[in-house]
Amino acid sequence: MLWDALTFQLGYNATLVAIGATLLGISAGVTGTFLFLRKRALVSDAISHATLPGVCLAFMALVALGGDGRNLIGLLAGSAVSAWIGLLCMNWLTRHTRLAEDAAIGAVLSVFFGLGIVLLTVIQTMGVGRQAGLEGFLLGSTAGMLWADALIIAIGGAATLMLVMIIRRPMMMVAFDPEFAAARGLPVHRIDLAMMGLVMAVTVVGLKIVGLILIVALLIIPPVTARFWSERSDRVVLLAGLAGGLAGYLGAAMSASAPNLPTGPIIVLVSFGFFALSLLLAPVRGVLAAILRHLRFQRRVHIRQGLLALAQGQKIYEPLTLRLLRRAGIVRADGVATEAGKARAAKALRDEKRWELVRSDQAHEATAALYDGLRDIETVLTRDQIAEIDRRIGGPQGVLT
Amino acid sequence: MSGEEFVPLSLTPLLIGTFAAIACALPGNFLVLRKQALIGDAISHVVLPGIVVAFLLTGVISTWPMMLGAAGAAVVAVVMIEAIRRLGQIEPGAAMGVVFTTMFAGGVLLLEQTDTSAVHLDVEHALYGNLESLIWLDATGWSSLLDWEALAGLPPELPRITLTLAGVILFTWLFWRPLKISTFDEGFARTIGIRTGALGMALVITAAIAAVAAFDAVGSIIVIAMFICPPAAARMMTNRLETQIIWSVVFAITSAVLGYVLAGYGPLWLGSGDAVSAAGMIATISGLILALAAVFGPCRTRAGAPSSA
Repeated sequence: MLWDALTFQLGYNATLVAIGATLLGISAGVTGTFLFLRKRALVSDAISHATLPGVCLAFMALVALGGDGRNLIGLLAGSAVSAWIGLLCMNWLTRHTRLAEDAAIGAVLSVFFGLGIVLLTVIQTMGVGRQAGLEGFLLGSTAGMLWADALIIAIGGAATLMLVMIIRRPMMMVAFDPEFAAARGLPVHRIDLAMMGLVMAVTVVGLKIVGLILIVALLIIPPVTARFWSERSDRVVLLAGLAGGLAGYLGAAMSASAPNLPTGPIIVLVSFGFFALSLLLAPVRGVLAAILRHLRFQRRVHIRQGLLALAQGQKIYEPLTLRLLRRAGIVRADGVATEAGKARAAKALRDEKRWELVRSDQAHEATAALYDGLRDIETVLTRDQIAEIDRRIGGPQGVLT
Repeated sequence: MSGEEFVPLSLTPLLIGTFAAIACALPGNFLVLRKQALIGDAISHVVLPGIVVAFLLTGVISTWPMMLGAAGAAVVAVVMIEAIRRLGQIEPGAAMGVVFTTMFAGGVLLLEQTDTSAVHLDVEHALYGNLESLIWLDATGWSSLLDWEALAGLPPELPRITLTLAGVILFTWLFWRPLKISTFDEGFARTIGIRTGALGMALVITAAIAAVAAFDAVGSIIVIAMFICPPAAARMMTNRLETQIIWSVVFAITSAVLGYVLAGYGPLWLGSGDAVSAAGMIATISGLILALAAVFGPCRTRAGAPSSA
């Protein structure tokens, strides 16, 4: 069943939804990356909630004009207008009053959403039995999606994506270093507004599929996921688009494959699944990689300490150190050093002495800063320098047994 | 309006709305100053899965399991946000966004998967609450306030939110000095021996309790609005924390009362028959107050108050 859905065999509606969700996921992922790198991820929350009054007002206007209240273009236009007003309010609050951005986000979010709910109840009392579709904008409703709706989503998503590609360089510069961008003469404030405008466009496009509460997830989770896999901004953008698109596609397919699986939440959960996998498995930034790194470090510290103890003829009691030394062939099972072990221990002690000299010598100040107790001295000094240090230490004085 | 009509139909929703507004606005003052204002938003999203899970486990709509479920979900969310922030080295805002949207999506999915058509549990209810339906049927007039039998018929939300409000006030009063110091200068607070980490956690937990209790009575939209709008508006009025708190309480009460009255009677005055959502109206009014304060408030700019203050 899931396979049928993945290969677009589940009928017309499911195919439309899957294509729409994929496009939406890609454009949301790509756009959201800039927002995330600008550290303003939650702005999308305010924007998405601010669409509600616009949807309601547009519906009322359409009905008042005698049209069908569910005209998607009209509703989306209304939502865009009110989201834009919300965005300007938020910007004004942050720039011209003492409120911090988070308070401005929360204020716009709650007030616009509250107003939207008031308008929703007004519509319910208007007594036109045509409001059924409006609640769908809260959580998305893909059941009755039409070809025209899918077309709007596809065109909107593609247009957003193109705009992002056009202004990606200034947006990236502002995201990484607004002061530098301002010094270069870029209109930082306007670029920020453009970024928010693109986010707004994605939100409006996504209202039909995932709804205004969950579109935030598509703007935040894929960029965060992509960030685990790369340190290069252009790759993060691509990966975020990929993660978002894949989540949209898989989520839509899964929700079509069984009853009672609402599309929006499933897409969000699939997206979170990718995130969780990345958090655990990503190289360098992932949890697993961090654990391995820690274990490797721990092993090196223990072996180093063990070698120094051996060289100075001290008894080793620490069980982990003993085990590691035995596994490395440095000591025998009874705790006595092997020949190879003795040699390595002597070398470790000698290196320690060399380091001691390096660290006390002002001439080696830069090198001394690299000392962390683990670094091999050969990696930071030339052979000549080491020979010079050895000359100051004096010849080998034999290994203690 | 006569007492016979007012007391049973409007008194309890008004009181519940007002108490919920104050209970949220009080911790909101500190959250806004600490730049943690969106915690209210996050909490109100994550309680949904908690409530649904509690319903699935117990099979009934009853208050205590649901409150426990909601509180449990809030704790899970806080732990998850911290874990993602630390393990993934992700900025707190994005970590919050990841967690609360995912948990909300999980809640919606659970709700769709289970047959809750027989009971009154749906997303819309969670969002707007049902302030209007918290009526006191046993009351006959003002005299009922002294009548034990009638008092027993009070909607259970009222004592619960009153208790929560008392708890919040007690917390604020007991920890006033440490809260104030650590909000404005965390480093100094640490040097004089205040455990700022624990205190911050306690503040978040208090906020969560207030949010869950208020959520139960009035829905999540008021919770988010009251955590932010009255304190933010109060912030524009003064530079003193004590005064700010008083202003925020005044604003909270004003929005609750005015919002409720406008929602209930405003449409009648305009000639339309039916009331609109009280929760939405209260949030809208609080936004209007904030807008007025942001435009006319004496201390609205970053530079602070006029020099005479």
